[in-house]
Amino acid sequence: MSAIDFWLGRHRDTAAGLPGADLPWLVRLREDAIDRFADEGWPTTRRENWRHTSLAFMAQQALAVREAVAPETVVAALRARYQAARGAAQDAAQQGAKSAPQSAPGSAPELAPELAHNDGHWVVFVDGHFAPALSAIGGLPGGVRIGSLADALAQTPEKVEAAFGQAGDGEAPAALNAALAADGAWIRLARGSMVEAPIHLVFIAATAADQHLRNLVVADAGAQATIVEHYPAGAAGSTLTTAVTRVLAAQDSHVTHLKLQQEAPEAIHLATIEAEQARGAVFTSHSLSFGARLARNDIRTRLAGEGAEALLNGLYHADGRRHVDHHTRIDHARPQGTSREFYRGLLDGSARGVFTGRILVAQDAQRTDAMQRCDNLLLSRLAEADARPELEIYADDVKCAHGATVGQLDEDALFYLRSRGVDAVHARQLLTYAFAAEVLERIAHAPLRALGRAALLERLPEGARLEELL
Amino acid sequence: MNAPTPAAATSPARRGDAIGAFLEQDYAAGFETTLDTDTVPKGLSEDIIRLISARKGEPDWLLDWRLEAYRHWLTMTPPAWAAVQFPPVDFQDIVYYSAPKSKKDGPKSLDEVDPELLRTFEKLGVPLHERARLAGVAVDAVFDSVSVATTFKKELGEHGVIFCSFSEAVKEHPELVRQYLGTVVPPGDNFYAALNSAVFSDGSFVFIPKGVKCPMELSTYFRINARDTGQFERTLIIAEEGASVSYLEGCTAPMRDENQLHAAVVELIALDDAKIKYSTVQNWYPGDKDGKGGIYNFVTKRGDCRGARSHISWTQVETGSAITWKYPSVILRGDDSVGDFHSVALTNNLQQADTGTKMIHMGRNTRSTILSKGISAGRGSNTFRGLVKVTPKAEGARNYTQCDSLLIGDRCAAHTFPTIEVRHPTAHVEHEATTSRIGEDQLFYAMQRGISAEDAVSMIVNGFCREVFKELPMEFAVEAQKLLGVSLEGSVG
Repeated sequence: MSAIDFWLGRHRDTAAGLPGADLPWLVRLREDAIDRFADEGWPTTRRENWRHTSLAFMAQQALAVREAVAPETVVAALRARYQAARGAAQDAAQQGAKSAPQSAPGSAPELAPELAHNDGHWVVFVDGHFAPALSAIGGLPGGVRIGSLADALAQTPEKVEAAFGQAGDGEAPAALNAALAADGAWIRLARGSMVEAPIHLVFIAATAADQHLRNLVVADAGAQATIVEHYPAGAAGSTLTTAVTRVLAAQDSHVTHLKLQQEAPEAIHLATIEAEQARGAVFTSHSLSFGARLARNDIRTRLAGEGAEALLNGLYHADGRRHVDHHTRIDHARPQGTSREFYRGLLDGSARGVFTGRILVAQDAQRTDAMQRCDNLLLSRLAEADARPELEIYADDVKCAHGATVGQLDEDALFYLRSRGVDAVHARQLLTYAFAAEVLERIAHAPLRALGRAALLERLPEGARLEELL
Repeated sequence: MNAPTPAAATSPARRGDAIGAFLEQDYAAGFETTLDTDTVPKGLSEDIIRLISARKGEPDWLLDWRLEAYRHWLTMTPPAWAAVQFPPVDFQDIVYYSAPKSKKDGPKSLDEVDPELLRTFEKLGVPLHERARLAGVAVDAVFDSVSVATTFKKELGEHGVIFCSFSEAVKEHPELVRQYLGTVVPPGDNFYAALNSAVFSDGSFVFIPKGVKCPMELSTYFRINARDTGQFERTLIIAEEGASVSYLEGCTAPMRDENQLHAAVVELIALDDAKIKYSTVQNWYPGDKDGKGGIYNFVTKRGDCRGARSHISWTQVETGSAITWKYPSVILRGDDSVGDFHSVALTNNLQQADTGTKMIHMGRNTRSTILSKGISAGRGSNTFRGLVKVTPKAEGARNYTQCDSLLIGDRCAAHTFPTIEVRHPTAHVEHEATTSRIGEDQLFYAMQRGISAEDAVSMIVNGFCREVFKELPMEFAVEAQKLLGVSLEGSVG
């Protein structure tokens, strides 16, 4: 059972053994967090932020693994997929370079930097704990640290404290996470450092029914990195993942975050991504949500310094009776911030897709430029899409707009394709893919874009056939 | 309502002053009529409800209906989700019934009406008496709680149209009232609707029989006059098969320091092929510059497109009230039915408005349009809150929503909180929203063409609201523009 008492018991039993149990601030924070969770309980639709997603069933939900997986197989498969995606991206780039008229004959086409080097830095967590044997962090530029939170708590607790967050942050599941998380990634990017290859964080539920991860990213001034969170399908059965990722982006830093959620069909996935951007910092979040029975992502960024820029980009696909919810919030606290938000959803079967996007412009945040869009495609009779694009504005010199649509494929476009000899099924698939691909196009890193594309095609019926058509 | 005060007519040299002057206009309808009124004691209890019901000579079933609503109300708590802030209302500190004392049998003609009362209406510009005939508007004027004069009743009667006060309808057409009352807004619908159901004092009743196009626009002026009096009117409009009607509602309240509560319920019912157009200009007293006083306007308005091809259209211009909490909605039950919502909401000083609409698509091929223009000035706060819901059987539903906000000054707030819930794949739902302000360059452009700053502000505001104004009946459009402190020459339609 996953009732509140169960988690209170878990906290009582495990708190003393958690990393950092000797740190008074962390002990207090964990206690406050579990108290808050006990107080709030699993959110129900009576809470405004959960109006379309209820976790009330969690109180009765038994969490159990029916069939465990071998984590090394999962990691190997994932790395192979990434390699294939990188190969595909390289091929595409080479082809592009060859056909481009300005490339001199005979000279080797030049590859974009992100294609030229290795597969990146792999940090693997199994059942909520760092798995060094499966990880391959590799060489890092000076001043960059990538490792586990547990180690960081032992070595540099004061640095972790500054980034850890508070018991009151986020929604109730984030509080549960604060109380229980034993590990997660710890990424520190020193001033001006740049990590060229992506930092892959892989979280596998292999044998445990629940895992709780807290990832902290601290980017000092001018630092640059791309961080990928992979949640591949793990153990079969009702499992729970809670994850909190916090990004502190100092002045003029560039942090790109991509989350690829492909959890097993019965999994419950509750995640929070929180960023704080200083002056001129650029934060990009891509959220690709394809798996789990219920997935909820709370994504928030605060433009706390002047001239910060944020891009929240997302794509979700759900079928069967699955439920996917993105709850985003962009907080413009200082002047001249720019934010762009684009979300698209594909809903099939009896699935339900929920999007809430709040843009908050504080009185101080003059000359804010914010734009938000959410479009949903209903692919079946019983699918449901709920959208709540919200603007909350306290400044007058701003440019803010939002738009939301829900609909089905354009009959004219379908007709056009069919008149060109594409059969109805594939015309439909092609248009569905094209609708979703727009989101993927915003992923600047070519191999990651290719990875996202492969993951999408896997989700679409007859994706393999579609691949030939493209 | 009279034209705005001369405060705006002076032409300050500086641009900033022009906007200031535009914002600082006095409340032109702020006068009080001294009348002998017949009131019940303060507070709310079953006894008070029995007293109201007895005083109005109501049948037992209506008293029971009120009491049931009251008992339900006791179990409810005031809604807290709206983006408005105010101290809790003491519901025991309100006088729930107030009627001008009149001759025993009530006024039989305008000559019998208290001249003081008529002067009030005159000051407000209500086209009562001869002016009514000239303007071609039938007026059911509600003064506090009792309808004092109804004109044009005879002419309407010839077409079979019933247009009377609610109390009169209860006496003369009880079967109609009983059949339709509470079928769109059930007594327990929400906190304020339940309160209204328990204590409602009067309102308008309109019945358009089968196939009749109402020969004139119907209009009601509501006016809160007596001190410490809440106004709880109830309006019920029924358009039978193929009938159509345009209904106008205008509101003003005199200036007062304490806050007054206004909790009305409006129910519209449109059967097959019927059309109801409901227009409101709401100009209750908004409170002074420091937010002292003003009306709390907590209103439940809902239309039910019960029949196929029926059409309900809400148009509102909300410039008054300290706090507005109002969501005129349409339930699109009939196949091919249509719902519209057109709104202009202006908040100035410390006014707060949380308004919007709900469009519930249930029938096949239903369509709805939402057009909302919010203007925030001073320290005003303006929120659009909406819901577009497409239920699993609503094949071919179509919605288009456009919400625009205009900000004047750097201390105001504008929010947009729409919700879209779609459960049918053939639905086509679109929502667009923008927020902008009156730009210095826009003002500069107008001024360098010889247009005064104040006229330029007016022009821009009017241009911003044009799409909604053109939905208003002529007289209302004129009034609405005056209310925004603006004169737009000629091109109003």
